[in-house]
Amino acid sequence: MSDSTAISNSAAAEAGDSHHGEHPPYQRHHFETVDQQFDATNFAMWLFLLTEVMFFGGLFTAYLIMRNWYYPAFVEGSHQLSIFWGTANTAVLILSSFTMAMGVWSAETRRKGALVLCLSLTFVLGLVFLGIKTIEYHEKWEKHHVPGLNWSDASFLNPASDPEVHKDYPGDQPLQPDMAQKTEMYFFLYFAMTGMHALHMIIGISILGFMIVRARAGAYTTGHVTYVENFGLYWHFVDIVWIFLFPLLYLISRH
Amino acid sequence: MSEHNQQFEQKEEHDQEHHIVSPVIYLVILLALLVGTGLTVWASYIDLGEWHIAPGLTLFWNPAVALAIACTKMVLVVLFFMHVKYSTKLTKLTVASGLFTFLVLIGMTMADYFSRAWGRW
Repeated sequence: MSDSTAISNSAAAEAGDSHHGEHPPYQRHHFETVDQQFDATNFAMWLFLLTEVMFFGGLFTAYLIMRNWYYPAFVEGSHQLSIFWGTANTAVLILSSFTMAMGVWSAETRRKGALVLCLSLTFVLGLVFLGIKTIEYHEKWEKHHVPGLNWSDASFLNPASDPEVHKDYPGDQPLQPDMAQKTEMYFFLYFAMTGMHALHMIIGISILGFMIVRARAGAYTTGHVTYVENFGLYWHFVDIVWIFLFPLLYLISRH
Repeated sequence: MSEHNQQFEQKEEHDQEHHIVSPVIYLVILLALLVGTGLTVWASYIDLGEWHIAPGLTLFWNPAVALAIACTKMVLVVLFFMHVKYSTKLTKLTVASGLFTFLVLIGMTMADYFSRAWGRW
């Protein structure tokens, strides 16, 4: 079967350039059909996403175990995060996933204007997410909650010294010095996980900028949707990571 | 002849694959995800208590509910936004194997962590 296919392909190649008219210009010659090309690239994209699952999976596992070991420190560390900003960012990111999905639909139905609009909205929502993240990081810096660079245990040795958080969580007891130290581990994981997520957002936004330029030139509305479709998979994956980061870092330590 | 049939079947399969998901479905999923987000924030403000399954084994409902809602949101994104519901069997198998490998990572690590000091507490 495979031999006969090879023979028929080389026969076609010997016949010269005449077969170029038989397939769309975006079909690479090592694929037999456009569908096969689409499936192969789609499969490859999913394999890449599996490596990403294992990469973030390691961080999630570390968080799970550290939270069990140093539970009081992780609870009081988590109380420093703003549920308002976390919820707002979750909504922004979900909305950006929707605009991205609509972008894929626009490419599939060959609507150039709608595609450029959807990609631009996704681009802007991505920047809004990073802007909110910057507000949060800035607050951590001001309160000396950046491990290794600008760190102080004061909020955890004496919760009353941090009146803003203390009024929301009056039940927080002063931690023993050895446990208070472990809040640094919470913030290390917080910055590692949200930082890696933010890095993925920055990469995604950069690719989006490139795609907007290409889409304006009509690149993805010719029936060749692979690039938009596969970038959409990446963007939705980054959304899923946040869907888990949000409850684990912000919410589950309220009670 | 048989090759011809095979190609024909493949073509038919591909016609079903190239499903364009309608904006209505995307909109419904968006609303479901936003409702899920509201629900998980609301649930975090309530003390849902705990379930003592056995001595030394307790299920805390707050994190359990938060993770259940997050998993539901993930499934919605994967099936509809990422088109896995309409994808080839190969893609479905790939996604499932990714989830399985991730559960092995979590499961084996936690099994080790829980059983290191078995009987010595």
